[in-house]
Amino acid sequence: MYAALWRVLPGPVWVRILIVIVLIAAVLFALSTWVFPWIDQIVNPQDVTVDQ
Amino acid sequence: MDDRPVAGESPQRAAASARPKRRRSRATVLSVLGELLITAGVVVLLFIGWQLWWNDWITANQQTAAASSLSQEWIEQSRATPTPTPDETATPADPGDPVVLSSVTAGQPFAVLYIPRYGPEYHRTVAEGTGMDVLNSTELGVGHYPDTQMPGEVGNFVVAAHRSAYGGGMHLINELQLGDSIIVQTQDGWYTYKFRSLQYVLANQVEVLAPVPGSPEVPATDRIITLTSCNPLLSTAERIIAYGVYDSWQPLAAGPPAEIAAQVAAQANGA
Repeated sequence: MYAALWRVLPGPVWVRILIVIVLIAAVLFALSTWVFPWIDQIVNPQDVTVDQ
Repeated sequence: MDDRPVAGESPQRAAASARPKRRRSRATVLSVLGELLITAGVVVLLFIGWQLWWNDWITANQQTAAASSLSQEWIEQSRATPTPTPDETATPADPGDPVVLSSVTAGQPFAVLYIPRYGPEYHRTVAEGTGMDVLNSTELGVGHYPDTQMPGEVGNFVVAAHRSAYGGGMHLINELQLGDSIIVQTQDGWYTYKFRSLQYVLANQVEVLAPVPGSPEVPATDRIITLTSCNPLLSTAERIIAYGVYDSWQPLAAGPPAEIAAQVAAQANGA
């Protein structure tokens, strides 16, 4: 899967590495901005009160 | 494509291109599944890192900034509306019984909590209610149990905050030491409590919220502050409870207690 992605990328190795870094940054941004806050509301393991 | 062995090429070139050829073997269902699972594992680890450090750090900064502006707002209000000239005979050290806030509405921020032991920058907004809307908020962070007393009131002023993540308002609760100041600011004044002891309980032991903690049937005579959070760190198996006893109070106009004066002054300059 990732090998195929690497092959699809154009240009010499350093250009590909640059593209991969940008892709990873975009994925991390999307995760921390939308995905993780959403998961957080579902799992929510942080219960701190004593009135249960 | 260029490294695929071509019929008729020399044996050396065929041998040299054997390894790249094997590496480029077609992706199987199993290999794609494996890579997806590895990716999922990395994402889970990233989520934990995000929750415990990244989001925690961002939330802590936001909560601190929000508490600063609330604190400064009250101080400016108290300057704008000067309290009636204090009785000249009254000593500044004895401003009488503490003023107690009247009831507040759910979700309303009504106090700022200063705990020097948690660090020179530490202060958080206390709002009414212990729901996730308060505890996970980027502006609030510390929640007041609605049925417990208010700051300075005879009885038990009980608040809850996260031990870790969401700003970790009670991250260092287990490091409190006997006599440490726990200072509560409201629109009326500064209430200083002194830390007394820790207790570890289960989540259903609501007697820690009683006006006399642990003895719900006994009428209150003392002013207590109780901090609750979860224990152990990163777990919700138990609750850690910190008790403090009332020490003193002073009106806002009298300025903050000496222990946090520098911190409050720094907030005024930063704002």
